[in-house]
Amino acid sequence: MKTLLIAEHNNQELKSVTLHALTAAKTFNSSIDIIVIGWQCDAVIQQATQLSGIQQVLAAQTEEYTHQLPENCAPLIADIVKEHNYSVVMATASTFSKNLLPRVAALLDVTLISDVTAILSPDTFVRPIYAGNALATVQDLDTIKILTIRNTAFPAALLVHQSPAAPIVNIDKNFSNDLSHFIKQELTQSTRPELTSAKIIISGGRGLKSAENFKLLESLADKLHAAVGASRAAVDAGFAPNDYQVGQTGKVVAPDLYIAIGISGAIQHLAGMKDSKVIVAINNDPEAPIFQIADYGLVGDLFKILPELETVLSK
Amino acid sequence: MKILVAIKRVIDFKTSVRVKADETDVETANVKMSMNPFDEIAVEEAIRFKEQEKANEIVVVSIGPEQCQEVLRTALAMGADRGILVKTAHTLQPLIVAKILRAIVQQENPRLILMGKQAIDSDNNQTGQMLAGLLNWPQGTFASKVACDNTSVTVTREIDGGLETLALTLPAVITTDLRLNEPRYISLPNIVQAKRKPIQMVSIEEFNVDLSPRLKILKVKPPEKRRSGIKVATVTELVDKLKHEAQVLS
Repeated sequence: MKTLLIAEHNNQELKSVTLHALTAAKTFNSSIDIIVIGWQCDAVIQQATQLSGIQQVLAAQTEEYTHQLPENCAPLIADIVKEHNYSVVMATASTFSKNLLPRVAALLDVTLISDVTAILSPDTFVRPIYAGNALATVQDLDTIKILTIRNTAFPAALLVHQSPAAPIVNIDKNFSNDLSHFIKQELTQSTRPELTSAKIIISGGRGLKSAENFKLLESLADKLHAAVGASRAAVDAGFAPNDYQVGQTGKVVAPDLYIAIGISGAIQHLAGMKDSKVIVAINNDPEAPIFQIADYGLVGDLFKILPELETVLSK
Repeated sequence: MKILVAIKRVIDFKTSVRVKADETDVETANVKMSMNPFDEIAVEEAIRFKEQEKANEIVVVSIGPEQCQEVLRTALAMGADRGILVKTAHTLQPLIVAKILRAIVQQENPRLILMGKQAIDSDNNQTGQMLAGLLNWPQGTFASKVACDNTSVTVTREIDGGLETLALTLPAVITTDLRLNEPRYISLPNIVQAKRKPIQMVSIEEFNVDLSPRLKILKVKPPEKRRSGIKVATVTELVDKLKHEAQVLS
């Protein structure tokens, strides 16, 4: 049995989400290869050779793979899986792999299991359905298993420099793509920790009332080295950028501490944060559903509470 | 240009689901059902293309039981032109749905396929990508902005960390994110008018697609309940608890 792990990267560095899938891959007790698809990404390939438990690094570099578009990456992966007889293909359920892996699965004519939260045996998995309100245990009857795993359910593998470094196998296959063209990327600039890996998250909702007020959370977040999240209401109202959104349709997080401020706690929001270790809710409505899952609740006007919180934390 | 929109009937998003006592599935009897919210956005986007005279026909398709007619009627009332219902009593996995949609695409020859990025029941987020793969068409997933001309479509996608813009050669598959648009309300005259629009019924057997599931659902159970916590009276008390009791602040 051989597992193929898909490296997620930006041609300069390996993204930490890959390390969660590596932890999940290790539960199969099979040999694990990692594939790096990109262009001028030697630094990423070197990083991949150092990951503990990696047997080989498959490196596919051509200019056409620069933006890792699914139209050519999917046939490439499908081809490699068949040629090298991989029985498991996996990645962390990020927007990158959610975009790519279903296309791979279709080309291989096999099932894909999304957002796996537990691996019970090599063919039996648990995944949340209905916005996390039910957990399904499923058995994959296909010979090739393709999974995306939920990063909050598997800790990131430690970055242990393995020695000797894993050998690099160059893949000289060029699947050209004249179907799609990359135009541009606009990434949100932030000095705070990444939302999905932050230990503390401070999230704001409709209760913040404006984008100006939302900045109150940011100064508090800086004090706590926390990431800032948002409910859909806050994003839709333009208080925060889209990629701050936590929930069924946004990011799924499970930090040590999640502070929900001015968030009522709709099912769709809870789907993205209810596995947090400690949940704090600050809301002026004592009946808000968020209080039903909060470990610590504080009822009151957030505009009075926030400055007070900052003062107390500064002491 | 003809646009095909795939829509799914799911438990209404406001409903809190209950797992059946025998742990085989969630309870769906006597539960409010409606169109998957992401698909509503796909229908709305198709109608906007028609209003801009970039599309001349919108065909909506749903796969499932007889009652899927209701969601097709909703789409017709929103402004779609005709519906196709592929009847089946089975719950189908995304790859099988994608194969049936491929067969419909081969009959209908649309230039653009719009569908939701995920269904809020199974939360798979797979079908659009699989369909694009099977057809060897380009895909624009998690779209928050779409603009098209005769030969290509420009899609702004929501990605982790921000936004990405791609140009896709038509024909293409687009899956919609919540931010793409705000679906319209349906007026009573439109509902009445929609009753006269055609819905073609097809049996799933006509498609010659292997329906045997390759994913077996062994068990469905509720997630572990979080114990409800306590209310604190002051900010000082809150910070004290977080530091000393929960030990999540230093």
